[in-house]
Amino acid sequence: MRGVSGLARLLGAGHFVVTCEVGPPKGVNVDGLTEKAALLKSFVDAANVTDCQTAVVRLSSIAACVHLAAMGLEPVVQMTARDRNRIAVQSDLLGAYSLGIRNVLCLTGDHQKFGNHPGAKGVFDLDSVQMVEMVRRLGAPGEFQCGEPVCGEPPVFFVGAVENPCAEPLELRVRRLEKKIRAGARFVQTQCVYDLDRFRHFMGLVRARGLHEHAHILAGVTPLKSVRMARFMRDAVAGVYVPDEVVARIEAAADPAAEGVAMCVEQIAALREIEGVAGVHIMAVAWEAIVPEIVRRAGLYPRPADDEPKDRNR
Amino acid sequence: MIVVEAKSFAQVAAMTSDCRRLLVAACAGCTAVCGVGGERQAEELADALRLHARLRGKVLETEVRGVTRQCEPEFVAEFAPAMGRAEAVLTLGCGVGAQFLAERYPNVPVLPGVNTRFAGGLTAPGVWEERCRLCGDCVLHLTGGICPRTRCAKGIMNGPCGGAAGGFCEVGGGSPCAWLLIWERLERLGRAGVLDEIGPPPDWSDAQAGPRRSGKGGGAE
Ligand code: SF4
Ligand code: SF4
Repeated sequence: MRGVSGLARLLGAGHFVVTCEVGPPKGVNVDGLTEKAALLKSFVDAANVTDCQTAVVRLSSIAACVHLAAMGLEPVVQMTARDRNRIAVQSDLLGAYSLGIRNVLCLTGDHQKFGNHPGAKGVFDLDSVQMVEMVRRLGAPGEFQCGEPVCGEPPVFFVGAVENPCAEPLELRVRRLEKKIRAGARFVQTQCVYDLDRFRHFMGLVRARGLHEHAHILAGVTPLKSVRMARFMRDAVAGVYVPDEVVARIEAAADPAAEGVAMCVEQIAALREIEGVAGVHIMAVAWEAIVPEIVRRAGLYPRPADDEPKDRNR
Repeated sequence: MIVVEAKSFAQVAAMTSDCRRLLVAACAGCTAVCGVGGERQAEELADALRLHARLRGKVLETEVRGVTRQCEPEFVAEFAPAMGRAEAVLTLGCGVGAQFLAERYPNVPVLPGVNTRFAGGLTAPGVWEERCRLCGDCVLHLTGGICPRTRCAKGIMNGPCGGAAGGFCEVGGGSPCAWLLIWERLERLGRAGVLDEIGPPPDWSDAQAGPRRSGKGGGAE
């Protein structure tokens, strides 16, 4: 029997899923990673492993995914176009599939200028849309980007993409999302949402085009831990839109971290009410330990069981 | 045109420090337009290098010669008499000119006096901006006449990426997001539907297979 994505099964069964993000270590010691996996595994349905996020060298995303899977946590491998040409992406994904990884999130990636090797050559041979299409074709009809067939069993990944629902122009964002879905994206994780009105508007446009019927849309949330972080997210993180009211609320709080968690829980409750939102993606950058509390307080615990055998390492 | 920038005087002085008879080769083409490589700049640079040498107790003789374009053999041939007298040539032509000199005069060291930057055009007085990466597979018909390979920091074909903010590229430098420009222009033309098609991956097979060649009138089949 072929291994199938547990995340795809849960979404297909109509569960409101919870995913989170895990950053691999900046070295080879995976103790922290396995601790995170132990902490998170009963609270989330899958965990994305970032791929040298913000262009900083870290343990490879594929290797980290294998460690998570060994701990019983379903991994989503992130793959950026920044570092690999079409040959390397396909090769790495064959490797990932052979190691039991079934979910892949295709990203353009942050520019190398922001990372710890600003002089590196960014590759960007393909962009995220082209990568989604290539990965879909690897699975069906089972051919490489060049058109040659994959030998033997084709790697059928559950292919994901991202979209930024709060960036202007909104209409262009939705059209681009549609293109990603037509290219083969079956789940979509959004950039973090702090402005619910904007997000509702975005989802209205998404529903008008029926996109939520072709891909599962998971809304991104990031708990704010401090006033400094709130201001940083507002002022310095490319692509994130944080309204001033949100920052003001954190600033006024006696315990900013507690307020940030409360706000995140409220956001999840609101997001659950929006038609077409199939789950939440919690990006607790460097604060993974808070995820269980958020999931519990949002009423999303316990997670549904995924009893079907995954038969990963055939 | 080809946009060049002068190397720093210190770099040029270091490059030429063990030379006693230097030819400074100007070019009246693009590099002269950039205000870097014309005969006047060549004279000024030669004066400065001689002075620099004198202050260090050395003697440097310089000769300045200019041609219309260093990137054409018949003009490069005009340097022959001066080359015969020189120990080395400091060229203010672009990288193509410098290589043509090296090819034609195998016994004379060629020193680059400029950094060859990009193919660009004037966007403000005295400011040139890169507009073409010479990819050899032009897609301007799909992108509203705005080149994403050059003007998008990631060179992507299906933008904008998630990082554009306030109309500007996430990478900074004050550049507008190329994909927002493309979108606006296609909207104005009533052709935004083009963006619903998946923009193709680039074909680098020609651009990264050694030096490209082209005949008069081009070679596209
Ligand atoms: S696509 Fe851009 S880089 Fe390529 S030839 Fe056209 S303008 Fe130049
Ligand atoms: S912000 Fe726009 S121009 Fe900059 S990398 Fe992203 S898509 Fe390209």
